[in-house]
Amino acid sequence: MTTTLLRNGRVIDPANQRDETADLLIIDGRIADHSAIPNPQSPIEEIDCTGLVVAPGLIDLHVHLREPGQSAKETIASGTKAAAAGGFTSVVCMPNTSPGIDNASVVAWVKDKAQKEACVNVFPSGAITKGGAGEELAPIGSMFKAGIVALTDDGRCVQNHELMRRALEYAGMFGLPVMDHCQDYNLVGKGVIHEGAVSTALGLPGWPAIAEEIIVQRNVQLAELTGTPIHCQHISCAGSVRILRRARARGIPVTGEICPHHIALTDEAVRSYDTNYKMNPPLRTQSDVDAILEGIADGTLTILASDHAPHCAFEKEVEFDQAPFGILGLETELALFLDILIHQKKAIDLPRLIEMYTLNPATLLKLDRGTLSAGAIADVTLIDPGLEWTFDKNASFSRSRNTPFHGRELKGRAVRTIVAGKTVWSV
Amino acid sequence: MIVWNRKDLVDLDDLSAEEIVHILDTAAAFKQVGTRDIKKVPSLRGKTLVNFFVEPSTRTRISFELAAFRLSADVVNISASTSSLTKGETLKDTALNLQALHADIIVLRHSSAGAAKFLADRLSASVINAGDGAHAHPTQALLDTFTIREKLGRVEGLHVAILGDILFSRVARSNIHALLKLGARVTLVGPATLVPREFEKMGVTVTHRLDDVLEDVDVLNLLRIQHERQRKEYFPSLGEYTALFGLTKERAARLKPEALIMHPGPINRGVEIDSDIADSGRSVILDQVTNGLAVRMAVLYLCAGVRGK
Repeated sequence: MTTTLLRNGRVIDPANQRDETADLLIIDGRIADHSAIPNPQSPIEEIDCTGLVVAPGLIDLHVHLREPGQSAKETIASGTKAAAAGGFTSVVCMPNTSPGIDNASVVAWVKDKAQKEACVNVFPSGAITKGGAGEELAPIGSMFKAGIVALTDDGRCVQNHELMRRALEYAGMFGLPVMDHCQDYNLVGKGVIHEGAVSTALGLPGWPAIAEEIIVQRNVQLAELTGTPIHCQHISCAGSVRILRRARARGIPVTGEICPHHIALTDEAVRSYDTNYKMNPPLRTQSDVDAILEGIADGTLTILASDHAPHCAFEKEVEFDQAPFGILGLETELALFLDILIHQKKAIDLPRLIEMYTLNPATLLKLDRGTLSAGAIADVTLIDPGLEWTFDKNASFSRSRNTPFHGRELKGRAVRTIVAGKTVWSV
Repeated sequence: MIVWNRKDLVDLDDLSAEEIVHILDTAAAFKQVGTRDIKKVPSLRGKTLVNFFVEPSTRTRISFELAAFRLSADVVNISASTSSLTKGETLKDTALNLQALHADIIVLRHSSAGAAKFLADRLSASVINAGDGAHAHPTQALLDTFTIREKLGRVEGLHVAILGDILFSRVARSNIHALLKLGARVTLVGPATLVPREFEKMGVTVTHRLDDVLEDVDVLNLLRIQHERQRKEYFPSLGEYTALFGLTKERAARLKPEALIMHPGPINRGVEIDSDIADSGRSVILDQVTNGLAVRMAVLYLCAGVRGK
């Protein structure tokens, strides 16, 4: 019997609407009842949590772990270490690997590898379509049996609305949510940055906001038609926020996700032609950032995630339009959101921020995580919301270094990550 | 007198008006040299210039090559098909190899916006942008400005219209910077698909009706309508383009008598410009070519004199 006592922290558990200073007891990897009495014979590990927030283990439902096939960028081992260092006890890995996670045997391979090498929970997602090519349905039923928690063609977007409709109907049989990377290919063309004043000045092909909005609107209508929940990934522009707000008011099962770079930066940063500012969807304008902050504050946008997208240095150090999209996120996302949403903008309070990283993704994905209820698996993140620190990319656990946040001064971070009662990382 | 301290010429955006004028004045001196019996000066003797043209070009490459010869530099030409880029070598590696061969000046033409800055940031050699994607073509804008100044005696206060495919045009963007810095007024003209309103944020006026500005402009700079880049959603046909935006004889007749007609070439006779108008005395298209040589000599001379880190 192992017992851990987290003493005197601010326990925030949105699933139980709990926010109080208390002790939290973990016995044998599970959250113990208040009345539980530890075995006096076994040693108790006691952790002083004074001044810290004791939160359910954070969940990032949008992470590229790059295995199988792209282990030069990241591995399940390195990516989950980075996750732990960012305060995450669970990640959902994206299926655009090589080969892609589009059948049960690759799902099984990922789960097996994670079992052996991952230091946090890895929940695989499966492709909607074979090879993510958007042409025919992947074997959704057998991937469900093999253990996927969601479907997504992330990095790509099913353009054929009929196929998307059938995918949603089919996924609905298994209660699987569909997570969509919202991008109309024709409208984007060769676009690499937000279409606007900056793309015009730089002569770089524009990726217009309308190309996201039109697919978000499509998803709203398909979610209404089929009843299958659609999670719109990495929302980047004001129009998408407006569409989601109206749809959610009507009770349509759509959710929106926000990545930190879309509120921390704007397309002005691209004037440097630094490919660490190249991501998909692209950085937008200040008015988009403001609309997203409003959407977070009023509950339109309910899930935070990183879109952690590692790439090798040599892949990123090329002409801007030739570089792959994406940046690292796991080790900076919580700090950026704490810094911006809590400290700078005061858009939401801490319990809401934690809800957006725990209860909300767990509910969408039907995970038995994201809560500190008695009996729950003891995934716990300790957060020091006021800790000031500077991010050093060279200290990252990721195999890659593609981040625009190197040297950024931040306020707030996770200081200890506990998975099933065991500390997997501490600052 | 200003002190030139830039090893590279990547974009006109960050140049001051004084620096631009300094290049133009230097070019005027070199133009003088071109009229002499012996056209060669020893300014860059012993220097190696690499014309690195990843995107095809004839006139700009030859202009740079000739400019380098006139300055007594040694010149090597590399095109996309003869470089290792076709073997998958990255731009960075190709450039580092050129540096290892002690190239002093690299003139880069590349299809990606930002490519010249990419090299300039990484190399101690001088990098001269000979066109990067739709971003910038600084020597073209300098030679256009030089020609305007030479023909009309000034740039300040003039009204310059740039006509055509602005969206994909590095020539337009660099001209906008040069002209605005020297105090001209700039109007962009063309179909809404190729001249988006976003350009107004650069400090210019946008119009989709050529006929509204004809009588007011001092300079009409026609851009090539680039079939090779056009996707058919931007305008229905060349015929319709000519009807709406071509410089026909009728339209040319409405220009001020002293107004200049410019074109960076190569021209599509009968598309953006009437063939006879192109050959008429108001067209300064060939003066632009001659001036390009002097401007490029000036740029090479100035930048090669500044040592990189």
